[in-house]
Amino acid sequence: MRIPFAAAVGLSFTAVYFLAAIFAPLIAPYGMAEIVGDVWEPSSAEHLLGTDNIGRDLLSRMIYGGRTTIFIATVATILSFVTGSTLGFLAAVLGGWADQALSRFVDLLMSIPSLIFALVVLSVMPVTTGVLILVMGLLDSTRVFRLARAVAVDINVMDYVEAAKLRGEGRGWIIFREILPNALSPLVAELGLRFIFMVLFVSTLSFLGLGVQPPLADWGGIVKENKDGIVYGIGAALWPAVAIATLAISVNLVADWVLNRTTSLKGGRG
Amino acid sequence: MSDQLLKVRGLKIGATVYPPGEKPHDIEIVHGVDFDLAKGQVLGLIGESGAGKSTIGLATMAYGRGGVEITGGEVWVNGRDILKSGLKDVRSLRGGEVTYVSQSAAASFNPAKKIMDQVVEAAVEHGKFSRKDAEERARVLFAKLGLPDPDNIGSRFPHQVSGGQLQRCMTALALCPEPDLVVFDEPTTALDVTTQIDVLMAIKEAIRDTGVAALYITHDLAVVAQVSDDIMVLKMGETVEYGTTDQIINTPKEEYTQALVSVRSIDHEEKLPGIEPVLKVQNITARYKGTNFDVLHDVSVDLFPGQTLAVVGESGSGKSTLARVITGLLPPSSGRIDFAGRTLSPDLAGRSREDLRELQMIYQMADVAMNPRQTVGTIIGRPLEFYFGLRGSEKQKRIQELLDEIELGDGFQDRYPAELSGGQKQRVCIARALAAKPKLIICDEVTSALDPLVADGILKLLLNLQKIEDVAYLFITHDLATVRAIADSIAVMYQGRVVRYGSKTDVLTPPFDDYTDLLLSSVPEMKLGWLEEVIANRKMESAGN
Repeated sequence: MRIPFAAAVGLSFTAVYFLAAIFAPLIAPYGMAEIVGDVWEPSSAEHLLGTDNIGRDLLSRMIYGGRTTIFIATVATILSFVTGSTLGFLAAVLGGWADQALSRFVDLLMSIPSLIFALVVLSVMPVTTGVLILVMGLLDSTRVFRLARAVAVDINVMDYVEAAKLRGEGRGWIIFREILPNALSPLVAELGLRFIFMVLFVSTLSFLGLGVQPPLADWGGIVKENKDGIVYGIGAALWPAVAIATLAISVNLVADWVLNRTTSLKGGRG
Repeated sequence: MSDQLLKVRGLKIGATVYPPGEKPHDIEIVHGVDFDLAKGQVLGLIGESGAGKSTIGLATMAYGRGGVEITGGEVWVNGRDILKSGLKDVRSLRGGEVTYVSQSAAASFNPAKKIMDQVVEAAVEHGKFSRKDAEERARVLFAKLGLPDPDNIGSRFPHQVSGGQLQRCMTALALCPEPDLVVFDEPTTALDVTTQIDVLMAIKEAIRDTGVAALYITHDLAVVAQVSDDIMVLKMGETVEYGTTDQIINTPKEEYTQALVSVRSIDHEEKLPGIEPVLKVQNITARYKGTNFDVLHDVSVDLFPGQTLAVVGESGSGKSTLARVITGLLPPSSGRIDFAGRTLSPDLAGRSREDLRELQMIYQMADVAMNPRQTVGTIIGRPLEFYFGLRGSEKQKRIQELLDEIELGDGFQDRYPAELSGGQKQRVCIARALAAKPKLIICDEVTSALDPLVADGILKLLLNLQKIEDVAYLFITHDLATVRAIADSIAVMYQGRVVRYGSKTDVLTPPFDDYTDLLLSSVPEMKLGWLEEVIANRKMESAGN
């Protein structure tokens, strides 16, 4: 199997980020909240990226921050996909009343800008990682619901699904064995995209102060902590921004490649 | 030769294929084809799908479809080799000297523009006529092609005319710029038989009146015999036989041509009706949700065990709706269905697993009737698992038995549907239905998407399986040749009613009612002059008008 150049680049960057996230305590030169130097020291042999606004090692903050950001984004993405696609498929298969009720409820949720919705919910609830993941995952599942339902409605009218219904198969078989495998390629492509939105979402929330709470590090939070340095020509806030951008691009490159591959798979549609 | 219009020499066409799991590579799909066409002559190109007929037809316009490339040979039109001409020259040729009529007019017309705008476009664009003259010419052509209200039909949109009429509009479109050559690519294949002969006659007369030359591409030898002067039989991109229509039809030399001419050579002796029908459809009336007219009116038919009931009719006659009612997908508004001695629940949810098992269905389009993500083994194995609880080696053994029964043999279990040919796909669907050990199989147009020789094989298989498994078939089709080959009894449907019903001999023996007569006489016969004979003797206009 030959991996195209763009996908290889995306894959290696993504792998580096994920490995760094998983093995953060082993890689990071200093502790996450450990104050090891002066405020906003420039980069040096001891502190490769310099130090932050209260003298913590920025590289260590970045590595631990990546761990938090990627963990929250991943779990929230999984949550949004499981909820969104299960409900979307169910709406498509059940049709009629159930479909109407689910779809209109989702329309209602989607009509409220998700950032504002999240800010409102998080300002009345205790901001813990669990709540954060729940709010992000459920809000985003409306998008997945829309896509999953649209794809499943198309597949649901295929003759092979009708054949399964005539055989007397239950809903579980129809959803998971007939529809899901054929809906997979658009969903996988969406998965990459949604993961990136989650990264941006959690970073935005942290930047606004309603996401990950200090002293826990995350990329949005690091931007927030160091943003005042920019006026003095100190680039500490730019590193997490670069990290978010490169992660977004590389995950998208991988998703594109996966989409191309799955559609030309044996029996692939299109 | 001065009246030489088209000369094709050593035409080679290649394409790039992308087999799953392999590197893309180039293959040759047409291997050096030669033919000539004089002015005002019609050449029929005939062959199965994949024979390269459409590709050759398009090559006469120096065009290759996506991924297809003309790799060698010469195509001379009006004394110049168009494969060596510049783009500008090719542009004046396409739509000017050579025009094209495609299989599906409905998919080829722009739905957002009026018919007249599209019909005159090429003529005006090539500067052959002024807009006014072109419209005048179009109206003359509409009249010549037998379209109703020729003065105003051009101001309609494509969806406002019937399929047969639209196909004739497309012929007018092709003839409007006064081309020297028209390429007809299966122009009647998508139409009902009764509409087909009207369109066929219109095309034939238009060719005669305008003196245009034509390439007529089709897979139906009986159709091409009616319109062409010469016939070329193609197989896998090579010429099998090339001669006059008379010679090809009456004294074919090659074995393959003989097989095409003598297709539908199935002998099936009609069985006498039994005592207790396996399926008793009584006074069924049905309509679709949200509509206010009945698609089926008071339909009653019986089917006896181990026999075949053919339901025939044109599209829109309600035959597929009848299948949906029997399977429970569309509960009828009144009437009842008895099956194997018990009354079936009108809707699917109320039926027992035993009811479902004993009543199986085979679909028209085998490619969409199988989940593309499941292997043949899973597809056939699932009913075994689901109805009989077979597992492991026992299931494997039974799957292999079924594969042997449908004459596919070893090595098919792990294949995906995309790796099978059209005929093989339909065989797998048959095996899936048989796996349930049903008493009745509904066959919905199971052979109409297949090439004649492949369809023949499927029909023989079905008859053979009927003998072994003693299963009854409800055979839905619009093809009367198929009906003659396999039915024991026939129900003729027209606009949601059964207009004629009885044993095969009774239904196919005169005197006929007008509709059955129209339907029977519209089936193309493989003899010269058949078309004129039928048109002269018709009692009833087809529904397409």
